Amino acid sequence: MADTSPAASGTAPLTTSDGRPLRAALAQAQARSRRTAFLLVAPLLVFVLLTFILPIGQLLVRSVTDTDFARNMPALGEWFDANPAGSPIDESAYAALAADLKAAKANKTAGQVGERINYDVSGSRSLFTSTARSADKLEPPYKEALIALKPGWENPALWQAMRQASNTVTPNFFLAALDLQRSPDGGIERAPEEKRVYISLFVRTFALSALITAITLILGYPIAHLLATMPLRYSNVLMIMVLLPFWTSLLVRTTSWIVLLQSQGVLNDILVSMGVIGDDGRIRMIYNQMGTIIAMTHILLPFMVLPLYSVMRPIPPSYVRAARSLGATSWTAFRRVYLPQTLPGIAAGGLLVFILAVGYYITPALVGGAEGQLISNLIAFHFENANWSMAAAIAAILLIAVLILYWVYDRLIGIDNLKLG
Amino acid sequence: MKKILFTSTALGMAAFAAQAEEITVMSWGGAYAESQIEAYHKPFTAQTGITVVSVDADNPAVPVQAQVEAGNVSIDVADVEYPDAVRMCDEGLLEPIDAAILPPAPDGTPAVDDFLPGLLLDCAVTTITFSTIFAYDTTVFPEGPTKIADFFDLEKFPGKRGLGKRPRANLEMALMADGVPAAEVYDVLSTPEGVDRAFAKLDTIKDSVVWWEAGAQPPQLLADGEVAMTTAYNGRIFNAAASEGKPFQVVWDGQIQEYDLWVIPKGAPNKEAALEFVKFSTDTQRLADQAKYIAYGPARKSSAPLIGLYKDGKTEMAPNMPTNPANMTNALGSNFEFWADNNKDLEERFNAWLASN
Repeated sequence: MADTSPAASGTAPLTTSDGRPLRAALAQAQARSRRTAFLLVAPLLVFVLLTFILPIGQLLVRSVTDTDFARNMPALGEWFDANPAGSPIDESAYAALAADLKAAKANKTAGQVGERINYDVSGSRSLFTSTARSADKLEPPYKEALIALKPGWENPALWQAMRQASNTVTPNFFLAALDLQRSPDGGIERAPEEKRVYISLFVRTFALSALITAITLILGYPIAHLLATMPLRYSNVLMIMVLLPFWTSLLVRTTSWIVLLQSQGVLNDILVSMGVIGDDGRIRMIYNQMGTIIAMTHILLPFMVLPLYSVMRPIPPSYVRAARSLGATSWTAFRRVYLPQTLPGIAAGGLLVFILAVGYYITPALVGGAEGQLISNLIAFHFENANWSMAAAIAAILLIAVLILYWVYDRLIGIDNLKLG
Repeated sequence: MKKILFTSTALGMAAFAAQAEEITVMSWGGAYAESQIEAYHKPFTAQTGITVVSVDADNPAVPVQAQVEAGNVSIDVADVEYPDAVRMCDEGLLEPIDAAILPPAPDGTPAVDDFLPGLLLDCAVTTITFSTIFAYDTTVFPEGPTKIADFFDLEKFPGKRGLGKRPRANLEMALMADGVPAAEVYDVLSTPEGVDRAFAKLDTIKDSVVWWEAGAQPPQLLADGEVAMTTAYNGRIFNAAASEGKPFQVVWDGQIQEYDLWVIPKGAPNKEAALEFVKFSTDTQRLADQAKYIAYGPARKSSAPLIGLYKDGKTEMAPNMPTNPANMTNALGSNFEFWADNNKDLEERFNAWLASN
């Protein structure tokens, strides 16, 4: 160690053996190790950025943008910009419309544009496609020509919808995902009763997820305790029994539940042969909410057991024994001594199961019937129907709701108390 | 589960599809895809040496649209329904197919006249007519239901009902069961009162319904005893009955006829081979051959006389065809314009109706 050698004077800055100041050398060494650390993490960072942050950002952008109409109907967009809402729909508007329809015919985009307006005004899809088909024959004055061709063009609601659609940034998908819609005068109102679906599904999703989390906790806590306190030889066997379903394909497990629970299934057959229920009194345990709850509880159970186990394992049994020897009943000893020590595990398991349950899709789709569907099934529905903006809006609301819950959780329990294993 | 299996298989296999001398054909799985493999794919490979990879989806229109929009197409030919074919053609998602290149009938009639009217589109060629019917298990109901109204009669015919999880076909059947003649169904359904009426009729059996999503599910539900009656595609029920000996009976009253068509997605990797395949598979003999494997009616007039026996060599196919006159006494042709216009609206309402208790 050159810098501590007697040759170094008391007042001069400490230097390394090659004469550089120690402070700079240290900073350089640290920068190097930081750079190495960053380079080691870089692949992961790029991966997360490309596969997680970017798609989620894209999804959030999609939920408020809608370019289908504006991109394909430029002339009409200009007319809407020049004439504020409420101005009369005159010949110039119809001329812009006719020009756009002619272009739409050439580019084969009439279907796309019509589909977009059809979201708001049902029946306008064929209005656009059939008008576009004969667009080349349109002659001025366009107002008379278009209305003579299809009287539907006079509908004020249609023009209102086109004006809204010409804005590329729109809150409409978020409104729809909250069972709201634009009223004819431009305000916001609730969707008609027979079309309200999202709010009740959000509520159902969160309620069922909470219920499933509670059931997995009640079922998982004793198992985890048993695992943690048994001699290692036996607990390993038990652990494999917990993990085996965890390693089995999700689809296999879900379809196994169909075999077990359906009305001509194993469980009902046993009940009938034991005489517990009559042949015509078979219990409906699947294709309804019950099916969703049973199958999801089973599938998510390991996510509760494992964090609990990892927290329970290091708790010395002597604590509870000490409490008992000091006169506590077994219930008091559990409540005052054991339970508080397992709280980080309960918190971790609960959060894990709940967040997984909120986004569950396959299991409710397969065993949930109509009443066991969750909000994720509607997200899938809109994706399949190529209405990605709508799917993105619902997904964004779900994401926001989960983040709010996470924040509340952090305030109440503290994220530092989480122990995932 | 089927959806996931099919989609994942489709994605997995589609990844290998872009090699030469190979085309990827996407269809609906189950007995239907099997009939296409037997009647089209195998003879095509034998004649041209081009391998045909068959992949399945719940509705091939969905992956086709997604692939074309993402600009990453791996499907060369897809089997889609009429409304989807028209819509995707309108939206420029499909390659045009010139009807003039299709082979003429054996007697020289050009394809344009040989196909039934309206079945050749700018970018799609119809292969078959299928029909949504309802079927029951004869061991459950020896004195079976005969009318579409019986499907909604829980007192006379107790038991669960299977229905497709979408408004299409269900609303039409509900109205026909409620006494609306087939010819007036779409007029009634075009009014708000008519839609209310259809949903009110569905309400009467809602608590007894098991919903299916893939075409292979209803015969399974019926075989498991999970439902007493179910709507289904007629060919799937026929195959379960004819080849697996299931005691299933089709009720033709209130049947809704639709079509399946070949389309070539825009940007298909092997477009030339795909066109060859479409030409090959839609000639008179191939279309008649398919009827040997499944009870769907061929789209060419000249194919009809060539339809003979089922592959078991004893079941007469003609009486099991949706287009058989005896089955047509109360039949409805699905109205594609109506569904293209109203699907979004009615699906929204249907979803809300499903979710409400």
